[in-house]
Amino acid sequence: MSTPQPPMPQAAAPEWQAAPASPYPGYTSPIPVVRTHLGHAIASEWTKIKSVRSTMWTLGVFVLLVVGIGLLTGLVVAGQDADLGGESPLGLGFFGLLLGSMCVMTLGVLTTASEYGTGMIRTTTVACPSRARVLTAKAVVFFLVAFVVTLVSTTLIAFVHVAMLEGNSGAGDPSGEEWLKGTVGVSLYLALLGTLSLAVGSIIRHSAGAITIMIGAVLAPLVIALFMFSSSLRDVQQALFEYSIPNQMSIFYANSLSESGPSGWDPLWIMLGVTAVALGGAFALLERRDV
Amino acid sequence: MIELEGLTKRYGEKVAVNDLTFTVRPGIVTGFLGPNGAGKSTTMRMILGLDRPTAGDVRIDGTHYDRLKDPLTCIGALLEAKGVHPGRSAYHHLLCLAQSNGIPRRRVHEVLDTVGLTAVARKKAKGFSLGMGQRLGIAAALLGDPRILMFDEPVNGLDPEGIHWIRTLMKTLAAQGRTVFVSSHLMSEMALTADHLVVIGQGRLLADTSMADFIERNSRSYVRIRSPQRERLLDVLHRAGITAVESGNGALEVDGSKAEHIGELAARNQLVLHELSPQQASLEEAFMQLTAESVEYHAHADAPVPRQQWGDGWKRG
Repeated sequence: MSTPQPPMPQAAAPEWQAAPASPYPGYTSPIPVVRTHLGHAIASEWTKIKSVRSTMWTLGVFVLLVVGIGLLTGLVVAGQDADLGGESPLGLGFFGLLLGSMCVMTLGVLTTASEYGTGMIRTTTVACPSRARVLTAKAVVFFLVAFVVTLVSTTLIAFVHVAMLEGNSGAGDPSGEEWLKGTVGVSLYLALLGTLSLAVGSIIRHSAGAITIMIGAVLAPLVIALFMFSSSLRDVQQALFEYSIPNQMSIFYANSLSESGPSGWDPLWIMLGVTAVALGGAFALLERRDV
Repeated sequence: MIELEGLTKRYGEKVAVNDLTFTVRPGIVTGFLGPNGAGKSTTMRMILGLDRPTAGDVRIDGTHYDRLKDPLTCIGALLEAKGVHPGRSAYHHLLCLAQSNGIPRRRVHEVLDTVGLTAVARKKAKGFSLGMGQRLGIAAALLGDPRILMFDEPVNGLDPEGIHWIRTLMKTLAAQGRTVFVSSHLMSEMALTADHLVVIGQGRLLADTSMADFIERNSRSYVRIRSPQRERLLDVLHRAGITAVESGNGALEVDGSKAEHIGELAARNQLVLHELSPQQASLEEAFMQLTAESVEYHAHADAPVPRQQWGDGWKRG
């Protein structure tokens, strides 16, 4: 069985230095060798995200919140025949979506951070040594899942709201752009917010910590602004209100908490920039750190 | 083939792996031995590109791990039984690994069958016992039918039947021409499976030798004699040119002589013997001797004296 070996630590240069072109002997597998690419990593991440129950739970609760709270709001407004003051009925979907964003952020964090908690990340990295490819695949798969689920939920509840308030005299008829912003626009925004959470999860590598940071990022600006009584801080307070994530989301429904600040499609570009920066940081750290 | 060249890993002040140079060859099982905390797992993580070396180089068939285009068909590794999402089934765990390397789906069923987990393939990994987790890790290592296999403490948590199975598996894999690199802290385990030995302690290379050489060099055989007529026995042995060493408890130890020979000698001189037994120092003891100075975590027994004396005697001999 054993072959003669040089005794004790070898002093000789390894063979690959002596003969760089020497073929490596040994076993040849009948399995065809495939040059792996991003497509393989995406297929793998798709299997991962759909094969754990936490995905079904977070997305299930998300749909429940968006549709459930949307229905309740619609019923209350329609039942009291409240005056919307010419606003489009789409804005009623905002409350459910604001709460639902917690689920999207949680799923985003779990997509990356849970692999560190379970040790799965080592298995993943051994199977795909390009760490950037793994993170790219995760971001692509998560973004598409979050976008599609949000789009379906928001579109569904938008139709319901418009139908419910059809006879309401105060409700305006949503224009084409209002439809686009209230469905596709806000879905893109929420999917980006989730992708930002995914990047934070990859940086923090701890699920609970990253989720706390993300919830803090959503709530803290509003809470801090509430306690800025001093008039010298008026501008800061104003900015915190205007650029807080809830206010940015409400801009897609044209019912901003303030008149100045971001408007139209601005929130989407802001979130795109922030997410890009966070992902960049996550990529840089991935390459530097040990797994 | 795995080639390490001056591989070093430092965590701040602490040197985990210190200038390791050795080659793991195909066709044989290479045992990677060292006490707990010797740097075995760190070395294996560096081979797989999980940890970045502070200095030095490690290549898999001449290539750095992160340059491999087909990692799982080149090298399969069992690192720890963990490394599995507890909420995912064995089948989906293996499926996502297969997909990431473009390995056909049927291989998932094949390896599940090989490790004997087909019946629980759809069960979540969190319900798995330590042994089942170990089998799942081995299934993942075999998934790509790789040329090189690396197992970190594979027998941990396995039952005797499982241990026997993994030993046979490793030998079969090596006999097929694959490179098999197995870490362990149990010399006795390695003696049964490995053809070649790499021993490290505190991150430094202590030995790189064939198993046969190691056994020949380190397994001391001697004869233990016990007699009520000790003085006369010593006399007789001395006259026959045999040196006996006292070994405590009134017993004598004789190196390099056959028990038969001493027995006949005693009979001719009408000596009463209470014990005459051929002894073989275990490889475990040889291994402990080799790594004695480099054990990271010493357990302090109240009376470590006898072993110390035994080692000293052996060193002089």
